[in-house]
Amino acid sequence: MSSMMILLVLKCLSQIIFYCICFAFQMQTVTIIPGDGIGPEISTSVIKIFEAAKVPIQWEERNVTAIKGPGGKWMIPPEAKESMDKSKIGLKGPLKTPIAAGHPSMNLLLRKTFDLYANVRPCVSIEGYKTPYTDVDLVTIRENTEGEYSGIEHVIVDGVVQSIKLITEEASRRIAEYAFEYARNNQRNSVTAVHKANIMRMSDGLFLRKCREVAENFKDVKFTEMYLDTVCLNMVQDPTQFDVLVMPNLYGDILSDLCAGLIGGLGVTPSGNIGANGVAIFESVHGTAPDIAGMDLANPTALLLSAVMMLRHMGLHGHAKKIETACFDTIRDKKVLTKDLGGNSKCSEFTAEICRRVQDLD
Amino acid sequence: MRTLIKGYGIRFDIMVFGKAGKFHVVPTLLNIGAGLGLMGLGLSGVRLQPLCVRSLSLTASQNATLESPPARADSTFKVTMVPGDGVGPELMTAVKEVFKSGDVPVEFEEFHLSEVQNMASEEKLNEVLTSMKNNRVAIKGKIHTPMEYKGELASYEMRLRRKLDLFANVVHVNSLPGYSTRHNNLDLVIIREQTEGEYSSLEHESVSGVVECLKIITREKSRRIAKFAFDYATKKGRSKVTAVHKANIMKLGDGLFLQSCAEVAELYPKIKYENIIIDNCCMQLVQNPYQFDVLVMPNLYGNIIDNLAAGLVGGAGVVPGESYSAEYAVFETGARHPFAQAVGRNIANPTAMLLSAANMLRHLNLEYHSNMVSEAVKRVIKQGKVRTRDLGGYSTTGDFVRAVVANLRHRPLH
Repeated sequence: MSSMMILLVLKCLSQIIFYCICFAFQMQTVTIIPGDGIGPEISTSVIKIFEAAKVPIQWEERNVTAIKGPGGKWMIPPEAKESMDKSKIGLKGPLKTPIAAGHPSMNLLLRKTFDLYANVRPCVSIEGYKTPYTDVDLVTIRENTEGEYSGIEHVIVDGVVQSIKLITEEASRRIAEYAFEYARNNQRNSVTAVHKANIMRMSDGLFLRKCREVAENFKDVKFTEMYLDTVCLNMVQDPTQFDVLVMPNLYGDILSDLCAGLIGGLGVTPSGNIGANGVAIFESVHGTAPDIAGMDLANPTALLLSAVMMLRHMGLHGHAKKIETACFDTIRDKKVLTKDLGGNSKCSEFTAEICRRVQDLD
Repeated sequence: MRTLIKGYGIRFDIMVFGKAGKFHVVPTLLNIGAGLGLMGLGLSGVRLQPLCVRSLSLTASQNATLESPPARADSTFKVTMVPGDGVGPELMTAVKEVFKSGDVPVEFEEFHLSEVQNMASEEKLNEVLTSMKNNRVAIKGKIHTPMEYKGELASYEMRLRRKLDLFANVVHVNSLPGYSTRHNNLDLVIIREQTEGEYSSLEHESVSGVVECLKIITREKSRRIAKFAFDYATKKGRSKVTAVHKANIMKLGDGLFLQSCAEVAELYPKIKYENIIIDNCCMQLVQNPYQFDVLVMPNLYGNIIDNLAAGLVGGAGVVPGESYSAEYAVFETGARHPFAQAVGRNIANPTAMLLSAANMLRHLNLEYHSNMVSEAVKRVIKQGKVRTRDLGGYSTTGDFVRAVVANLRHRPLH
C-alpha cells in the first residue's frame, strides 16, 4: 500500500517536473524596447494582446538611451546589449532622435551594435483600410549597412562635395542569400534584384553579379532583375507583379517607403531587421508622435504586425496567424478603429477588441 | 519684340548670366541688338541660321483662335533627329508622319547613334554634336545604355548630355483628359539636374570586392538648376517649388543642394519654397500627389520620381519631357526607356513623343502647328476609340497615328 502511494507521488512529481521543463523550454524571452512618445502605449497594447492569445513569450523591458562608454564612444546601455544577446529577438517601438544631443541616431547605433544587415518590410494591403491600390502583396529586402548611406562624405574644394557609395562583395552576397532564404521559408515564388547597373556599372554591377551567383544555389526560386526606374514605373501602375525585391541601401529606403505608401502609410507597416549571429529586431517605423503621446489615441497596428512578423520568425506560426486574423478582422469590420484609421475609438478599446477576437478564435 | 527674341532662339539670357533680377536690362538690350543684327543678316541672304520668313504677327497672340492656317512658309526649321534604340525609330516615324500630314515647316536631320547596335563611335557622336550645335533644337529617342562596359564608364547618352551641357530635364506630368487612372487631374512639373550627382560615372575598385562610386554635388550646378526651376515656375505661373533631397543622411552632399535651393528661393519671394525627403516624397506621391506643384532635385532622385509620376498618369507612353541647356533644347519622352520588348510589334504608344514634338514646335514659335498637333492627340485619347495596349486598348501604333492625322485641324489641300 505504502509503495503504491510512493509510486503515485513519484509519478505526480515527475509529471509536474516534466510540465515545468516543457513550460520553461517553450517560454522564449524577447527583449522589448518601448521607445518614446507613443511607444510605451503601443507596447502595452501588444503585450496585452499577446497575453490574450497565450503566446509563450516572456518579455524583458529595456531602455536604449545612448550612454558614453569608455573611450568616449557612444553605445547602448550594457544591460540592453546583454539582454539582446541572450534572447536574440527584440521588439522595438519608435525612438526619438534628439537633434543636438551629440550622439548619432539610436537606430544607427543599434544597427552597428548588432550588425543588422537586412531590413525586411512585407507590404500587404489591409482589407478595410482603403487605398487606391488593392491586392498589394510584396516584400522589400534592403541592404542596411553600406551603399549610399556609408556616411563617407567630404568637401573637396569649397562648393564641391563628394559622397561615396560603397558596395562590397561580402555585403551583397549576404543580403542576396538572406533574400533567397526568406523567399524559400515563406513560400514566395520569385526574387527581383533592383539596381541601376546601366549607370553605376561597377558598383551595382557587383551587386547584381552576386545576386546572380546566389540565385544559382536556389533554383526553386525564380530570379529576375529590373532597373530601379522600371520598378517605380510599374509599381504605381500594377503592384501585383512584384513578389520579393532585394536591393542596396538607398533604393531600398525609397522603395520600401513607396510600398508603405501603397498600403496606407507608416502607421500600418511592419518591419524587421535581421542581424548577424541570429539577432533580429522587429520594429514599427513610424515616428514617436509626441502630440498624441499619453492620450490613448495611438494606433498599435504597426507594432502589432511587426510582432506578428517576429512570431513567424520564431516559428510560432499558429499564434501569428491568430493574432493577425484578429487584427485584420477588427479593421475590416470598421466598428472599433483608432483615429488615423478613420474611426474614433481609443487605443485601449481597439486593443480590447482585438483581444476579444483572439480569445474567440481559440 | 518678345517674339523677335524668341524666334531667333535666344531665350535663356537670364540663365547665362546666372543671377536673377540684377542684369535684366543688359541682356535684353544685347538680345535686341543681336536679333536685329541676325534679321539683317537673314534678309541679306546669309545662311547663318535658317529662318521662317513669314509674318510673325499671326502667331504672336497667345490666345487667338485661328480659323485659317498661316501662310505657307518659304523655308523650314531644321531639327536634329536621333531615333535611338528600341521603339525610338517607330516613334520617330509617327512624328514624321504627323508632321507631314499637318504640313509642319520642320525638316529633320537624322542620325542613327546606338551603343547596343554597334552604331556608335567617336566620329558619329561628333557628327551628332555638330548638327545639334548648328540646329540648336533636337528630338531624340532613348539611346540604350548596356550594362557591360568597354573601357568607358559613361554611356553615350551621358556624354551627349555633358558635351551639350543639358543640365535641366523637365518632365510634364499631366493627366490625359478621357483616360482615368488612380489619380486624376494631376499637373506636376519635375525638374531634374542632369549632369552631375550620382551619374558622374566615377567608379573604382579599390580592393577586389570593394567598389566605390562617387556622387558629386557642386554649389554652382545646384544653384543653376534651382534658378532654372524658379525661373520656370515664374514663367509658367506656378505657385510652389519643392526641393527633394536626402540631407538627413547625406548631410554634406544633399545638404549643399538644399542650401543652394534655399539661397535661390530668397530671390523669388512670390514663389513658395518647400523641401521634402525623397522617401517621404515617394510615399506622398502615391497617397496624395496633389500637394506638389514643381519639384526640383538632383540626378538619381529625378530618375525615380520621373518614372513614379509617369506611372501615376498612365505610364511611359504618355509623358513628354525635354532637356535644356543655356543654348540648346532637346525634346524626348519623360520616362526614358528603350522598351525593347515592343520593337517591331507596332504596339508602342506614340503619345509621349507626339506631345513632346508639339512642345518642340512651341519652342520654335510655331504656336499654331503646336496646338494643332497636341489637340489632335488629346482628342484621339479623349474619344477613347483608338487606344494602344498600354492604355488598355488594342490598337496598333499605326492606327493611333492615323487617328491623329485624321484629327488634325489643318491639312494641305493637295
